[in-house]
Amino acid sequence: MKTEGRPTSPVAANSNDVKTVSGSKALEQGTKLIFETGTPRRTGIDFPAAKGRASRLGANNERQGEIGLPGLSEPETMRHYVRLSQKNYAIDLGVYPLGSCTMKHNPRLNEKVARMPGFADVHPLQPVSTVQGALELMYELSDWICKLTGMPAVALTPKAGAHGELCGMMAIRARLDADGQSQRRRVLVPESAHGTNPATAVQCGFTVDEIPASGDGRVNIESLKEKIKSDPNSVAGIMLTNPNTCGLFERDIIEIADLIHAAGGYFYCDGANFNALVGRVRPGDLGVDAMHLNLHKTFSTPHGGGGPGSGPTVLSNALKDHAPVPYVTKTEQGYALVEHKDEVSFGRMCAFHGQMGMYSRALTYMMSHGADGLKQATEDAVLNANYVQASLSDVMSPAFGGICMHEALFDDSFLKDTGVDTLDFAKAMIDEGYHPMTMYFPLVVHGAMLIEPTESESKGELDRFIGSMRHLAERARSGDVESFKQAPVYAPMRRLDETQAARKPVLRWTSPSETAEAAE
Amino acid sequence: MSIYFTEDHEWIKVDGDKGTVGISPYAAKQLGDVVYVELPEIGRDMAKGDEAAVVESVKAASEVYSPVGGEVTEVNEKLEDAPETVNASADGDGWFLKMTIADSSELESLMDEAKYKEYCDGL
Repeated sequence: MKTEGRPTSPVAANSNDVKTVSGSKALEQGTKLIFETGTPRRTGIDFPAAKGRASRLGANNERQGEIGLPGLSEPETMRHYVRLSQKNYAIDLGVYPLGSCTMKHNPRLNEKVARMPGFADVHPLQPVSTVQGALELMYELSDWICKLTGMPAVALTPKAGAHGELCGMMAIRARLDADGQSQRRRVLVPESAHGTNPATAVQCGFTVDEIPASGDGRVNIESLKEKIKSDPNSVAGIMLTNPNTCGLFERDIIEIADLIHAAGGYFYCDGANFNALVGRVRPGDLGVDAMHLNLHKTFSTPHGGGGPGSGPTVLSNALKDHAPVPYVTKTEQGYALVEHKDEVSFGRMCAFHGQMGMYSRALTYMMSHGADGLKQATEDAVLNANYVQASLSDVMSPAFGGICMHEALFDDSFLKDTGVDTLDFAKAMIDEGYHPMTMYFPLVVHGAMLIEPTESESKGELDRFIGSMRHLAERARSGDVESFKQAPVYAPMRRLDETQAARKPVLRWTSPSETAEAAE
Repeated sequence: MSIYFTEDHEWIKVDGDKGTVGISPYAAKQLGDVVYVELPEIGRDMAKGDEAAVVESVKAASEVYSPVGGEVTEVNEKLEDAPETVNASADGDGWFLKMTIADSSELESLMDEAKYKEYCDGL
């Protein structure tokens, strides 16, 4: 077995040693899989058997055998999922420093508004005269988004960040095709980009040309110039994240936009990190042609398993006519939906109107903060990240010098020769009660650790987190390798075998009898 | 038979106009446990620098680029079922593909073993 690279095999017992008969550890209840808890012979619901109704499916279409779903009583079902939820980590439990994900607090006011029947219980096919309030909310949200970004138009419908990227790139493609520039199929993407950027470009029929990073973690502008110059007529555009994935502001962004525009291409800005800019920088002033916003990051709607996401995409004057349908307009008779594509719109991103629940939460967040509050949230997010970076810079190793934006990036050079690597460090954080930071991403930094505290954390919480991180860094350097290799010790499950899980994934539970049959 | 390396950590072993391509032990170590390898079709024509294969580890997915131009003549199908071979023997049994080299002058831009070692030490 190999011993180099990222060690992923279990080094200790797979599940935590539990010495009780019940399998529980005091308040932490032992939990089996739901298939092992329930049986098909038990049920929580007592339906009378159907009488006097012939099946309309026809005999050949009826299920012949048992379906094998576990049956549980209502309390058993409740307990199963509550127990699982207690083994989970959540922003409602503690600091969630997962970089690039913006795991900020979801204010409860958002939830209250999202549950109002006029927003929560509407159907997408209802007559528009009966959903005027919901349409007004979408119209208001569009207005806030356009003002915050300094852009003339927004397509609300994309359902996630990558879907928004697709929307923006489809608008760029539609514009190029409309101008007889269909030979422009080359999209420039910095090597530190989110993986979704090149994937989106390829999905849209473009080819990807990678731009290397400069030594300070930003786009290498000389290399960009050369890439453009090599064949300016093939340039469709650039996809750039700002602040970038290293948590750094691309300070040459206006020059980059000018270079792309001069070559005849368009500028897609990935807005995943807009949390660092809201109220301070308007992408419209930077020459951006299209950018998605992750409502679920920047505007505090739930994500990370709690989803769904929402990725409204702003469009510049050059692209706005190609925006997808549907969208909301305001008329003298009230709000209306434009549902049908004219000759320039590129079409439709999804069947209906997008994620209403995310719209109501995001607009609540915006209006409850106000323009000044949003700006302060941005400043606090950047301040918190810099506080973390500065407080750890003597014991850990920041990947780049200077001030960061909303996230602090460290490399693994502080662990050099300790025998401890980024993965071990992350596992030890679990024992300290923290969800690990993003690790091994971005790829341009060796053994990367990306920490994004967001504005949600108070100084007290940050100090507690920093205290744990400092302690771990010092312990690693003191030569205490073994405890890192054993970590996590206190988690419900110990080190899991990620390699085996990826090589030979078990995607379906099989009953003991099936397993026995398969073995025969 | 001689061996050359690229800056992206591919190696090519050359015997006349026949080449065998793989990734270096350094690259395999950096990637960590390899969990999946996607190989090209036999008969595919590749230019120097074209994406020849994809290697996915627990850490990252990376492209393997063709060190020189040529036609794919054979792929190491064993890697599809046993991707761990790349970690165990990156410069031996863990080879990715064999090719007919179109223009052997393209080899001149690659590094020899000593130069490559120096290059890795500087990383």
